Amino acid sequence: MYLAPALAILLVFHFFPAFYAAWISFFNTNLISRWKWIGLRNYRELLGDSDFIQSLANTVIYVLGTVPVGMAISLAVAAMLNRPLRARAALRTAYFMPYVTPVVAISIVWTWIYKEDATGLLNAMLGWFGIGEQAWLLDPKWAMFALCLMTVWKSLGYNMIIFLAGLQNIPHEYYEAAAIDGARGWTVFTKITWPLLSPTTYFVTIMSVIGSFQVFTQVYVLWPSSLGGPLGTTKVVVRYLYEMGWNSFRFGYAAAIGYALFAIIFVLTLIQRKVVGSRVHYQ
Amino acid sequence: MKAKNKPADVIAFVLLVVGALMMLMPFYYMISTSLKGPEDIYVNRLVWIPSRLVWKNYVTAWQSEPYFGRYFVNSALIATVTTLLQLFTSALAAYAFSSFNFWGKEPLFMLLLGTMMIPSQVTLVPNYAIIARLGWIDTYRALIVPFAASVFGIFMMRQFFQTIPIELWDAAQIDGCSRFRYLWSVMIPLSRPIFVTNGLFTFIGGWNSFLWPLIVTNTPRLRTIQVGLSQFNQEFGTKPDLLMASSTIAIIPLLIIFFVAQNQFIQGIARTGMKS
Repeated sequence: MYLAPALAILLVFHFFPAFYAAWISFFNTNLISRWKWIGLRNYRELLGDSDFIQSLANTVIYVLGTVPVGMAISLAVAAMLNRPLRARAALRTAYFMPYVTPVVAISIVWTWIYKEDATGLLNAMLGWFGIGEQAWLLDPKWAMFALCLMTVWKSLGYNMIIFLAGLQNIPHEYYEAAAIDGARGWTVFTKITWPLLSPTTYFVTIMSVIGSFQVFTQVYVLWPSSLGGPLGTTKVVVRYLYEMGWNSFRFGYAAAIGYALFAIIFVLTLIQRKVVGSRVHYQ
Repeated sequence: MKAKNKPADVIAFVLLVVGALMMLMPFYYMISTSLKGPEDIYVNRLVWIPSRLVWKNYVTAWQSEPYFGRYFVNSALIATVTTLLQLFTSALAAYAFSSFNFWGKEPLFMLLLGTMMIPSQVTLVPNYAIIARLGWIDTYRALIVPFAASVFGIFMMRQFFQTIPIELWDAAQIDGCSRFRYLWSVMIPLSRPIFVTNGLFTFIGGWNSFLWPLIVTNTPRLRTIQVGLSQFNQEFGTKPDLLMASSTIAIIPLLIIFFVAQNQFIQGIARTGMKS
């Protein structure tokens, strides 16, 4: 009886839909009048759909453009914040703040930061160094970069906190022993910090990759009038899923896209477990 | 070791301060632009410091796009109700999983944990179909009920409940305490930290959610602040002062919550990897 409320909601809105999605993906349907069984044809279409392939490729570029860079920066910031510095709490707050902001609101702010003329914040700042103005959001060359930069800025704080916790978990004795042996700086980092931090790094990698594959809102807000970026350079999978479902009313196809995305994330997570997981050192 | 590391500490400090300024720059840009008059906006360069502060932009933003104030109230209401319901259902379920013995308990719990692996994009279409079938499109129910229970919430509370010694229940039983009363007046007060963190993250998730409300609401009356803002962006894409003022309105409540409860937040993430 204590379980009933939670269980009812979870079964209806989390458990059942996972299977219902598979069922829907076998239909050509607008969910109302049209329900035509077409078997696996949605999936077959997906394999030859150049728009889907492009959105998947863009998503992969986005993942590669945000995860490694974002992790490197957040680890660097965490390592520096782990020193006995002044104003540590205030600095930590500054780095963390973007993470709590709503994506829609902050994407609107970045739309103006990326303005193509001298009134844009980024162009104004680059102007100090004599760098010419760029149309960050309108130029196919820069659109993906702009998307990645904003995302790294926004999610840095979260990863930083996890890394900071990981760093603080490394027993102090190791560092003291290393100091006695005369090890310094970079050696200490590669021989002690990096291996002992590996469980944290592993967790952050898996979570970041899963999260990045699901990107939607930034793309929707930064490029409100198109399917995603100039020449489709920032069209991502979930944006395409939304397009197929709620603009073209091809819900069966949209459900198939959702499943394909899930399969890709699932396989990648398994691969990461095998490849990275085997190198994780637990103390 | 302290004296030797000094130069490195200074370099780290300088780097961190420069980095922090970069991190804060978008906030400065947002707030300063939200207070600019037309003479500072419609020029061919960026005005760093507004020549005068136009607070009226906030009033205009609040009243424009017929219901912006309403969107704000909608979001506050939806996020609050969702949070309270989620805490309630999670506490009940976690109590059952931690303190009762019943048939199929372990498999059921595993099954629930398994559903955490399914990304929300998979369930987007079927959930929309379910909501449509229930006739819930354009209702508050559609925005609240699906999020009124959380596997993660149950999991975390169960972990916490399990640390509370069973002797307490034995003692309470002798005093004639009912199970529900025990949950309400012993377990929940003892688990306050987990309730606060969980509540914070659920509230923020509700306030920030976008794709789901975008899908299940059509009438402006029910729009959440994020959906309203994105609409606003599409319609008034040429008025940075108003857009920045409304973005600030959407961000401020979260920043206030964050500053008040910063430690719960950071510990919540550090301990559990919780995400909003």
